[in-house]
Amino acid sequence: MVSEHSKQKIYFVFFQSTMILSVAILLFVLIFIFYGGAGVVNLNFLVNMWSHREITQGGIFPAIFGTFLLAVGVSVVSIPLGICTAIYLNEYAKENLLTRTIKLAIRNLAGVPSIVYGIFGLAFFALFLKLGGSLIAASLTLGCMTLPWIITASEESLKAVPNSFREGSYALGATKWQTIKTNVLPHSFSGIMTGAILGLSRAMGETAPIIMVGATFFIAHLPSSPFDKFMAMPYHLYILATQHSSPYAREYALGTALVLVALIFMLNLGVFALRYNLRKKKAW
Amino acid sequence: MVDNKKLKGIYLAGALLLIVLISGCTTENKIIGEIANNVENIEIKGSDTLLQLVSNMAEAYIQNKPDAKISVTGGGSGTGIAALINGEIDIADASRRIKEEEMEQAKERGINPWEFIIARDMLSVIVSKDNPASKLTIEQISKIYKGEITNWNEVGGKNQEITLYGRQSTSGTYSYFMKKVVGGDYSPYMMNLEGNQAIVDAIKQDKLGIGYAGLGYISDEKGNPVGGIKIVEIAKDENSQYISPLDESKHSLYPISRPLLQYLAKKPVKDSMVYNFLKFELNPEGQEIVKEAGFVPITSEDRNHNNMLWNKI
Amino acid sequence: MFNYKTKEKLIGLFFSTTGIMTLLILIGIFAFLFVTGIHTFSEITPTDFFLGEQWNPAAYGEPSWGILSLIIGTLMMAFGSLVMAIPMGLAGAIYLSEIAGTKTRELLKPAIEMIAGIPSVVLGLIGILFLSPLISQVFGLSHGLNALTSSVIVGIMVLPTIISISEDVLTSLPNEFREASLALGATKWQMIRMTLFPAALSGIVAAIMLGLGRAIGETMVVLMVAGNAMAMPTSFFDPVRPMTANIAIEIKEVVTGSLHYEALFAIGLVLFVMTFIVNFISDIIIENRARKYKW
Repeated sequence: MVSEHSKQKIYFVFFQSTMILSVAILLFVLIFIFYGGAGVVNLNFLVNMWSHREITQGGIFPAIFGTFLLAVGVSVVSIPLGICTAIYLNEYAKENLLTRTIKLAIRNLAGVPSIVYGIFGLAFFALFLKLGGSLIAASLTLGCMTLPWIITASEESLKAVPNSFREGSYALGATKWQTIKTNVLPHSFSGIMTGAILGLSRAMGETAPIIMVGATFFIAHLPSSPFDKFMAMPYHLYILATQHSSPYAREYALGTALVLVALIFMLNLGVFALRYNLRKKKAW
Repeated sequence: MVDNKKLKGIYLAGALLLIVLISGCTTENKIIGEIANNVENIEIKGSDTLLQLVSNMAEAYIQNKPDAKISVTGGGSGTGIAALINGEIDIADASRRIKEEEMEQAKERGINPWEFIIARDMLSVIVSKDNPASKLTIEQISKIYKGEITNWNEVGGKNQEITLYGRQSTSGTYSYFMKKVVGGDYSPYMMNLEGNQAIVDAIKQDKLGIGYAGLGYISDEKGNPVGGIKIVEIAKDENSQYISPLDESKHSLYPISRPLLQYLAKKPVKDSMVYNFLKFELNPEGQEIVKEAGFVPITSEDRNHNNMLWNKI
Repeated sequence: MFNYKTKEKLIGLFFSTTGIMTLLILIGIFAFLFVTGIHTFSEITPTDFFLGEQWNPAAYGEPSWGILSLIIGTLMMAFGSLVMAIPMGLAGAIYLSEIAGTKTRELLKPAIEMIAGIPSVVLGLIGILFLSPLISQVFGLSHGLNALTSSVIVGIMVLPTIISISEDVLTSLPNEFREASLALGATKWQMIRMTLFPAALSGIVAAIMLGLGRAIGETMVVLMVAGNAMAMPTSFFDPVRPMTANIAIEIKEVVTGSLHYEALFAIGLVLFVMTFIVNFISDIIIENRARKYKW
């Protein structure tokens, strides 16, 4: 008979190994990209315009710039609206079945595949509103996609603030808005910002929606208006990986992946640092 | 303090958004108008086979005319033509001719596509470099792609199952190959890959594979085949010569020679950007770029076809 | 100057307006998709659509509109990913919640969430360059573009979701559960297995459902490594063509308003409904738990 203690040991070793395996996968992915792409990434790569005929001469600056512009566009479209909606849902809306249903619905919308938002964006923003394939169409599309996520994350943060905070404030005679401003928002700020930045980093890595609404493979100039087409890193990476015939295409794909992943990780690390610091200060 | 700033930030962002949207709506028509008149911008979309070639053309053109704004995207001939019909772009790259239904849809929307041949492609069939089956007739290729021939030993290879690689239905290459070579539906077991390069890569890896790709993707600038693959020599039928697409002297005899096309949404205005770009592509400098990309410059017959339209401008 | 009552009213109005605007936008999205997609059924019967095995709108002859092989492709890929992600996910969650020390946990949790931050296109790239050739070598196949490869990668993508939420569920179980069990003489593993796990079960199911939703919706990875052949897959070594990849591939070529266009929207609707239902079930479970355990 195998004793309970031995069984436990076996299971626990198994669990620990699984954990190690998961982390190992992460490390493998990072090392693979780094090892494969680092040879290509240098200052030239980061600041030069893309060259088709001789890709070793060019850089991915337009793609980096495009991704950056997209991030700005998505932030403008979804962050203010998302936070305000969360405030409305959590603080102002009446606590009834309708509100609960709406909150539930929004949470589920956050799980809808990005491609569904993509076809919506194509049909509505690009074609129906005649915005064409452009930065603004892509920002709106990705913005719609990120909106439920930001609402949900902000809502969670607002919900996490104990009601006693609000009640204490009301008891002292403060109005609803004063209460929100001084008692609720400061404490949910870190959670809201975390959600916003994570949602943003997710949007930056998306490829499928932007293929249809404005990302191009070659454009000789940087986008000068919101109605311009643009290059973006995820799409660039995708094309390099599947369609470019230069023998260096694979390396350059990995280089682009490296820059993209580095950018997203820096954002995430910033978020974690923020969260860690702000959590330390919390008393409850 | 934090919340006040944040609030101001939210109001500001909201105001900004409103301003952007409002100004967008009023300037939108102006910009669409500009695009339609080809004044500032050329939007090119379509065939993946043509993607690199046309991108190279655009890059070379811009070196002489730095104020030109050209954007090139892939997605397949079907994508380009659909975008042309939807009124979104100026030029559609296509590696197949426009279909009848597409022509009808275009006419319904008041678009009259002008067709120009800018290069020639010897569409190639490729297999793994270790595959002994390197000479095939059109009929054999057709049967293989229909799924009627499933083993390599039926066409001169080893006793192994054939893996079929093809493009996606948006691809002009897919449509062209289906119509001109297969003459029927593709086998449902054919893998649908995203681009010419994806097919070349798949064949490099899969010893049992067969695929088709544009000439520019299977050879380098010097005309030598890319490593890891073998280019099939194709005969019209059993009694004809087996010809390799790389054989320049026999280009006119190669059974799967196809024109690479650009469709314009309407008659180009003389000296407009689109007109000048097209002219550039068709002149010797442009055709040199065609060769550099691994494709074949247009023949005199192609020039005649182009001139018929060109003279009307 | 406004007195504070008016200011309050205005602010309240502002928030209500933004809130309702957002809701209208989100409803509008669904309505738009619905109206476009539903129109398909004026020309294709639902039976043909859902049960037809052949999807071939660009056919040489008559087009066929059956999405069954696409649905099976999605399900195979999604459930295949769970086969990998569930055991690893649970093991990881249990480890993090019950076995690991605080410092280890603080280090590992962010590390796992970083996996979720890797863009799918990057994982697809690694799939093409590394995993696909590896799988073809290991299993003696001629190529690695099949359901198995995509399941493995999507499994990696879904792992953080399952670990993270299951861990949250476990850690939020009251300590009394653990103490009572141990007081009765159980070993740690017995405690986990017999006390914690059953109590956490519904939450873990919710986590798995969320992971399933993510897997169903994955597009880029499958575009790059699933092979996308039209034929009905018969094993995990066959190429599959999930609905997401199908839409991504074909949406670019359709002319607005054509039947093909509408049919793609119908597929989009199917995806929307599938993920919505899965997420919804997950949510209901979590809400019930919240009420039961008074979080």
